[in-house]
Amino acid sequence: MLLRHTTKEVKERKALTVNPAKTCQPVGAMYAALGVHGCLPHSHGSQGCCSYHRSALTRHYKEPVMAATSSFTEGSSVFGGQANLLQAIDNIFGIYEPQIIAVHSTCLSETIGDDLGQIVGKAKDDGRIPEGKHVVQASTPSYVGSHVTGYANMLEAFVKYFAFKTDEKLRQVNLLSGWVEPSDMRELKRLAGLMDVKTVLLPDTSDVVDTPMTGKYQMYPKGGTTIDEMVSMGNSMGTVALGEWGAKSAAIALDNKCKVPFSMNDVPVGISATDRFIQALSTAGKVSIPEIISEERGRLMDMMTDMHQYFYGKRVALFGDPDTLLPLTEFLLDLDMKPVYIVSGTPGKRFTQRMEEILGDKVSETKFKNGPNADMFLLHQWIKEEPVDLLIGNTYGKYIARDENIPFVRMGFPIIDRVGHSYFPTVGYQGGLRILEKILGAIMDKIDATAPEESFELVM
Amino acid sequence: MSNYLKDRENQILTKGTDSAEISCEKKSLAGSVSQRACVFCGSRVVLYPIADALHVIHGPVGCASYTWDIRGSLSSGPQLHRLSFTTDLKERDVVFGGEKKLYHALIDLIDKHQPKAAFVFSTCIIGVIGDDVEAVCRQVTKEKGIDVIPVMSEGFNGTKKDGYKIACGALSKLVGTNNDYEAPKYSINILGDFNLAGELWILAEYYKKLGVEIISCMTGDGRVEQIRRAHKASLNVVQCSGSIMHLAKEMKEKYDIPFMKVSYFGIEDMSEALYEVAKFFKDDEMLAKARELVTNEISKLLPALQPYRQKLEGKKAAIYVGGAFKAISLVKALRLLGMKTVVVGSQTGNAEDYKLLKDLCDEGTIIVDDSNPNELSEFVKLTGANLFIGGVKERPIAHKLGLGFCDHNHERKEALAGYVGMMNFAKEVYASVTSPVWKFVK
Repeated sequence: MLLRHTTKEVKERKALTVNPAKTCQPVGAMYAALGVHGCLPHSHGSQGCCSYHRSALTRHYKEPVMAATSSFTEGSSVFGGQANLLQAIDNIFGIYEPQIIAVHSTCLSETIGDDLGQIVGKAKDDGRIPEGKHVVQASTPSYVGSHVTGYANMLEAFVKYFAFKTDEKLRQVNLLSGWVEPSDMRELKRLAGLMDVKTVLLPDTSDVVDTPMTGKYQMYPKGGTTIDEMVSMGNSMGTVALGEWGAKSAAIALDNKCKVPFSMNDVPVGISATDRFIQALSTAGKVSIPEIISEERGRLMDMMTDMHQYFYGKRVALFGDPDTLLPLTEFLLDLDMKPVYIVSGTPGKRFTQRMEEILGDKVSETKFKNGPNADMFLLHQWIKEEPVDLLIGNTYGKYIARDENIPFVRMGFPIIDRVGHSYFPTVGYQGGLRILEKILGAIMDKIDATAPEESFELVM
Repeated sequence: MSNYLKDRENQILTKGTDSAEISCEKKSLAGSVSQRACVFCGSRVVLYPIADALHVIHGPVGCASYTWDIRGSLSSGPQLHRLSFTTDLKERDVVFGGEKKLYHALIDLIDKHQPKAAFVFSTCIIGVIGDDVEAVCRQVTKEKGIDVIPVMSEGFNGTKKDGYKIACGALSKLVGTNNDYEAPKYSINILGDFNLAGELWILAEYYKKLGVEIISCMTGDGRVEQIRRAHKASLNVVQCSGSIMHLAKEMKEKYDIPFMKVSYFGIEDMSEALYEVAKFFKDDEMLAKARELVTNEISKLLPALQPYRQKLEGKKAAIYVGGAFKAISLVKALRLLGMKTVVVGSQTGNAEDYKLLKDLCDEGTIIVDDSNPNELSEFVKLTGANLFIGGVKERPIAHKLGLGFCDHNHERKEALAGYVGMMNFAKEVYASVTSPVWKFVK
């Protein structure tokens, strides 16, 4: 057994994370920046950070992921990284010609006290930023929060930098999305299109990290929110923000800067959260909900009713990021499943509060934890105490799934051993169908593989 | 060549056109989309395969997350190395220091897992926040009675190569700590094999047939006890010289163990490695066994390669790998398949490697140090390559350009070492280059 080192007995750990259920801020900042058109993410720190983040995103999307680095040296760690960043800005605009450089910091540059705002200001004063080009910066220290925090910080930086209010009133709604896949971004836009609501989605990684194979390599693919779109967000009727951890700070920033009111919603995973999303979109866009949306909902309902006998009472362990874990937990409850163990490495007190709201008194035995020490080791220990029927989470769940023989559905970041997440959404009613298909597939495959001959069923 | 970062011109040359020496072993320019990693990465990849040691990453969470079991170094026994342990430093620790956290983490883990030794990796901020990792390691060594070895691998403190050197330093603290062991007559250490896809096990078979005992492998399928007695070997056989040469040189000085540089990739290099080892021991019987093994293997392999060669003859390959020594073997192996190398580069090659490459390659081959995606994509277009050999970040670029791809880095799924490895390589290259998928590119 690969995880033979996991002991059943849970002991309080003060100083140690084993098999983390999170990673650090900069990778989130890099992902968010990829969702802006013509933007090159830039990592202000050692070369390894940039390389690791690019590799992590490349493994997850099987796509080229471009980002530059300040390539810190011993000197930079003593004298600060200003010279590196200034040189980097020159080189990047000179050679790679992006519209925007999105700079994020790292643990090193934060610890030595580099002030990104000041350095970028100097670059501007020195005339290093060509006319019509932009350098946006976000502070993303790796020792605070998690990858989701970095995503949120970068998103907030874009909104603060670009959104601009004029007298013009635009009949459009801003969609600020938490961390979801390009397929999900595409689905959010499709749903808004069906509702006839004009939206600006930020960020938008569709057509960036899911590009078609054409025989050509494009450094800046056609997707991503454009500068004009970001600027126009200041004149929108309202903002629908999806996911408190990923999108709330940006929504607040936009409200503060341009007085665009926002509604805070869950990422629309599952039927209830999608219902609320559609409602929020209809309110913000001042449109009624068209029949075609109700039909999509009906199809999800149909599968839920047809198959509900297979969901009832199944014990589920899940791990990942709060913005998707919360609505997913709710969806599992809607299916009459029992989300019994829930772990997220991403900190935030609201997690407990929201989880308690969602769980109510529906499942008495649920254990959940987020933040420090909420890691895969703990999740595995809980599972060893009392087993589960299903595990949902990123690729790192496969060790537990294998050792404990648990059906496993991959959702979250990173997924580095299966494909599909780039193309098939898990948000919206359609996404709900896909989640059900995957859950049923995993559970039924195990039934088929382990059923005694006499009870092996043709019809299920 | 206008599209390259200006200061990089000396790091690119075309054989036959440019007469100058390539410039290498330079730091990457700030702002480049470099494919390189950092010091920590270098140390981590070298030490990580030691399966019965504890590997604790001291720093914020990222460095541990990104290096958690990504490298496919197989172990025949313990799997402790495949877990990810980190002190997961927070803002508070950055202000007040992380020494206590590290101390408690180590005590906890050693109690629980009873490892044979522990490596503590310092990441970027550790020095900056003033943690005395060496002192913590000394303390825990004293309390727990196992070697707790600090690996001072702050990411910014050089290149990945410097990380290799630091890892070698850590290994050398273990080497020579067990004197009770009597080495057999013909014994070697294998240096610089990381047992990706079980490659070490293939080599071990060969050496066994020659009658040569492997005392330790550093570090594939590695064990602390074996490393402790590595100084008893008669010879160090070094592959992937970039990563582990420092250790070989140090063992030469300290224990008077000679070393030889070999490559196990491709027929020529593999055979030469076995012959060289046999010659070293000056044993006619061993040399005869080596001849027999090589003849046997080649007589099976060459006909088996023929059908692949027929399809691959005249195809062109681009290579961009971590170490340049690896690239040299690749050029030869591709030649055996009838393929021509048109672009070859590495992240960390040195002047000597590049000179060898230049001598070996055909006229017109582009040779490059520390390249980036834009350059690579341009070179590929310029030369009309059919195959790209590289690592994780290169694969999707190659695929987007409509090129076949072979992972010669740590995401290889098939063993590429030895004779069986050459066969696997041929199959993999063939499958990718001749895949029907490319004909749909419009």
